[in-house]
Amino acid sequence: MNNLSTMITMTDVEPAVFPKKLEVSDLGFCYGDTQVLHKINLSVPEKQVVAFIGPSGCGKSTLLRVFNRIYEMYPKQRSSGEVRLDGENILDPRYDLNRLRARIGMVFQKPTPFPMSIYENIAFGVRLYERLPRHTMSERVEWALRKAALWNEVKDLLHRDGTQLSGGQQQRLCIARAIAVKPEVLLLDEPASALDPISTLKIEELIAELKSDYTIMIVTHNMQQAARVSDYTAFLYLGRLVEYDKTEVLFTNPACKETEDYITGRYG
Amino acid sequence: MNMSRLLYIQRRATNLVTMAFAVLAMGVGLFWLSWLLWTLFSSGMPAIQVSVFTQITPPPGSNGGLLNAIVGSVILTLGGVLLGAPIGVLAGTYLAEFGRDSRLAATVRFISDVLLSAPSIIIGVFVYEIVVRRSGHFSAWAGIGALAIIVLPVVVRTSEDMLRLVPNTMREAAAALGAPQWKVTLMIVYRAARAGILTGILLSVARISGETAPLLFTALNNQFWSTSLDQPIANLPAVIFQFAMSPYEDWHRLAWAGALIITLGVLLLNILARSVLRPPRFSA
Repeated sequence: MNNLSTMITMTDVEPAVFPKKLEVSDLGFCYGDTQVLHKINLSVPEKQVVAFIGPSGCGKSTLLRVFNRIYEMYPKQRSSGEVRLDGENILDPRYDLNRLRARIGMVFQKPTPFPMSIYENIAFGVRLYERLPRHTMSERVEWALRKAALWNEVKDLLHRDGTQLSGGQQQRLCIARAIAVKPEVLLLDEPASALDPISTLKIEELIAELKSDYTIMIVTHNMQQAARVSDYTAFLYLGRLVEYDKTEVLFTNPACKETEDYITGRYG
Repeated sequence: MNMSRLLYIQRRATNLVTMAFAVLAMGVGLFWLSWLLWTLFSSGMPAIQVSVFTQITPPPGSNGGLLNAIVGSVILTLGGVLLGAPIGVLAGTYLAEFGRDSRLAATVRFISDVLLSAPSIIIGVFVYEIVVRRSGHFSAWAGIGALAIIVLPVVVRTSEDMLRLVPNTMREAAAALGAPQWKVTLMIVYRAARAGILTGILLSVARISGETAPLLFTALNNQFWSTSLDQPIANLPAVIFQFAMSPYEDWHRLAWAGALIITLGVLLLNILARSVLRPPRFSA
């Protein structure tokens, strides 16, 4: 345990080329009395993909759920420390939750289409922030579906129930729904783990495309996926950030023994 | 080898015995039900005539029907549901979406469950005491009130259960888009649980459409045509009670007809609740 905490400082990578979109400092998190995240420090460069990997229960999903404060739905969950989005601390209770979630969108592990038409699924989120005339809304829906590489498959079924799509299509619908609000950051919590290989491939291609417009953070327990889609990778273990580096460095030349053991499949 | 063979025979025997008991139990249940339905149909069907639906309850020895009782029952049942169901859905929403595990929610849930198992005659006496005695007369309003109290816990329980069936991931997904909790509940969770909540309401209709005891203390009965909510009102259960206990043959026939009408109505509602409004299924 002791040597883990010393490693954190040496892995506090500062990506120099891209401006910082999100900065996490001394972030801690508790479920009731159990502390599940300890002093996380990292910064996320703009319009890059950061992957969070680590064994089950290491806190990677929890970390992602801090970034849009979705954990606040549950009274016993608390965070400490700071997360700055473009310099503003979003964990400050005065930071408006609606504004935060308009800027940081999230897609969950299980596809969660709302029980309404494909069109309405996307319009629902947009209407929370904008009053658009009908044709502008239709354009927005089409734009989002195109962005999520779903338009060609559903353009004639827009008024069909979203829950009738296949799992992979549902997940792309959820991505379209998140994009339609025009966020700056996208959080993807194991977005492909419930999908078949072809759908997974489509999601991964999508991530590569979306990178040009959004800062993306993705949790995955699939290391190959992390290596394929991300620019930076963070390895978490037992609630601590063990190593954070450029993806190719982390996977080819990890600095910590724990990371090496994990990526070579010795535990997890 | 021998051991596993013995085990296999043992399991088959256990399976056979269990199956036999289960089938027997089902047979016993179905036997009484079909006997009851058979009696009801064989005595009720001949009594169903056009006049049952076009004439009001007669004095003994003359021709008549059940029109006032049917209309009265519809008014009372509809009134009871319109009054009780919205409160029940809102209370169920509070329990499932807002109160959850809080102390207040646990108390409300407990009281609702107690009310659910309270004998309906006690609810009748209660409404008698606070409405009928104070206003000085029986009335349809009092009957509606009593039925609403019976509807309430049924709808609270089913609404809460159906809302809880909606996976949390759905709420999180809506909240993650920035929707405030009331919008999440109103526009997403209700929509997902709609079929289940409506089924619960229909089942509560089935439950109150045969209630007799609370109506005897509140709406009483009315031999004449009346749709005034301020007056005693005729209703099928009370008419069946009165006519079946009488010594007159023609009243007996009308009582059978009334019993059949209620049974068919409830059956129809149940079939409707099961087929048209299938409860939601989630893959979780």
